[in-house]
Amino acid sequence: MNQATGKIEHKVISGWISSGASVLDLGCGDGELLSLLIREKQVRAQGIELSEQAIHSCVAAGLSVFQEDIDTGLAEYADKSFDYVILNQTFQQVKKPDFVLKEALRVGKKIIVGFPNFCYITARFQLFFRGKVPVTPSLPYEWYDTPNLHFLSIADFVEYCKKREVQIERATFIAKNKRVRFLPNVFAEAGLFLLSK
Amino acid sequence: MTESVGTVGTVKTQYFTFAEPPNELTLESGEKLGPITLTYETYGKLNRDKSNAVLVLHAFSGDAHAAGFLEGDKDSGWWDDFIGPGKGIDTNEYFVICSNVLGGCKGSTGPSSINPKTGKPYGLEFPIITIGDMVNAQRRLINHLGIEKLLAVVGGSMGGMQVLQWMVAYPDRIRSAIPIATTMKHTPQQIAFNEVGRQAVMADPNWRNGNYYGGKVPAKGLAVARMIGHITYMSDTSMADKFGRRTKAEKDPFKFSADFEVEGYLRYRGDNFVKRFDANSYLYITKAIDYFNILNGHSLGSIFKGLKAKVFVIAFKSDWLYPAYQSQEIVKACKLAGVDASYCEINSTYGHDAFLLEIEQETQLIRHFLKTVSNGNGNGAQHA
Repeated sequence: MNQATGKIEHKVISGWISSGASVLDLGCGDGELLSLLIREKQVRAQGIELSEQAIHSCVAAGLSVFQEDIDTGLAEYADKSFDYVILNQTFQQVKKPDFVLKEALRVGKKIIVGFPNFCYITARFQLFFRGKVPVTPSLPYEWYDTPNLHFLSIADFVEYCKKREVQIERATFIAKNKRVRFLPNVFAEAGLFLLSK
Repeated sequence: MTESVGTVGTVKTQYFTFAEPPNELTLESGEKLGPITLTYETYGKLNRDKSNAVLVLHAFSGDAHAAGFLEGDKDSGWWDDFIGPGKGIDTNEYFVICSNVLGGCKGSTGPSSINPKTGKPYGLEFPIITIGDMVNAQRRLINHLGIEKLLAVVGGSMGGMQVLQWMVAYPDRIRSAIPIATTMKHTPQQIAFNEVGRQAVMADPNWRNGNYYGGKVPAKGLAVARMIGHITYMSDTSMADKFGRRTKAEKDPFKFSADFEVEGYLRYRGDNFVKRFDANSYLYITKAIDYFNILNGHSLGSIFKGLKAKVFVIAFKSDWLYPAYQSQEIVKACKLAGVDASYCEINSTYGHDAFLLEIEQETQLIRHFLKTVSNGNGNGAQHA
């Protein structure tokens, strides 16, 4: 979980979700977001998470959760069986993001994707002037221990959605726990998208 | 755990007899059986609206004595670490029931019981029984106790099969189900191990087509069967940890005595089993397990359709007798049917035995799960 922007991201996501909806959170971690959505939006929640420790936290919080890999975990769900499928800060960590996104769009009526922006200004500086792979609040890992398998920018993702004919219904950009409205691909640490197909 | 953890103390064996002729129980085979006695134990108190009952279902060689101590007995019940005040199934909160299965030899009607028609033990005249028959008999006990809806049914291995059977046969009688280290159907490999065990029993000259009651029991055959069982319950790692290649001090090598510690262990387990288990029950119950196939012509997607109960599937990483993929099949069926479910694959090196040994992990998970069910605030996605 991205600590730097986590709080406001959860608020934005909660604002996008309608009351009483069914929600599938892919890579739900310790279930903080799902618990918030249950409290604020009375959603019916299901999580999928790989870490056994995180599963314990979810069960302790009263959440329903499957210990599974999200690269393979969606096959049994029927089309449009959830109102929302969430991929927050996990999208860049899956082996096949294109496949997972396609599956999420099949299973969910709408999907919410959140990821760290690789072309955030600090990252650009580190790359350009220091000649080093960036380490920023939203990309806090060294090259040798990062769980992130794919690095993308907000511009990359917008282009991807166009190419795959995915409709961007809403987008919010965040830096330092605040919304960013000006040149998000430069000034946002993270992007959040509400998508449908 | 912070609060005080205790024992349920001294417990009493209870008996429930039903299906008196002419109202015998019709078995899945079509045969009729009666009267039937089930022996059972209960721990904790049934609350006023009878909504806190948890049915614990035992594994192949288990019995009704799940927790506490029987009068004059030093050994506690088989899941005593998990059932009691402040434990995984907290008897301060829940009323726990455990009964010996139909076909068993620990007080419930089985092949070693007296056949009222002949006045002699049934032996092989005992009808073939199934996991479904075991659950049908349990349901009669639950009716007898006046419980309309069980808070949970929980069990590992063959106990897990009974949990699945409850989910399919009596979905409206349960609020939650916890199948542990189990499968929806026995595979050829699983049947094969059971068959070797049965052949060992039947090859013992004392078995005499099941007519050994009152004479010598087929002790050697049953002991060998149990030794095979114990190999399948452990893992490569747990055996290496427990025994290594250590040998006994006073060894007489190459005389085929039990040189290695693992040999001594298996012999001890085998011999011990003979003292507490009936060879014919071994045959009948292993057959019931082998015939178990909850799908039985149904598709994976339809088997749990409409199930309202909350499900928690648990598997163990090193379990090669009931590998995790079989638990994942249960999870798939839940997803296909839109059942509210959870799945945890506990990292353990104990093999299949883990369901009796990973008490701390099971306690954490199941305590919270039961609380969620009991508070009725499950927010699980029971999707379309």
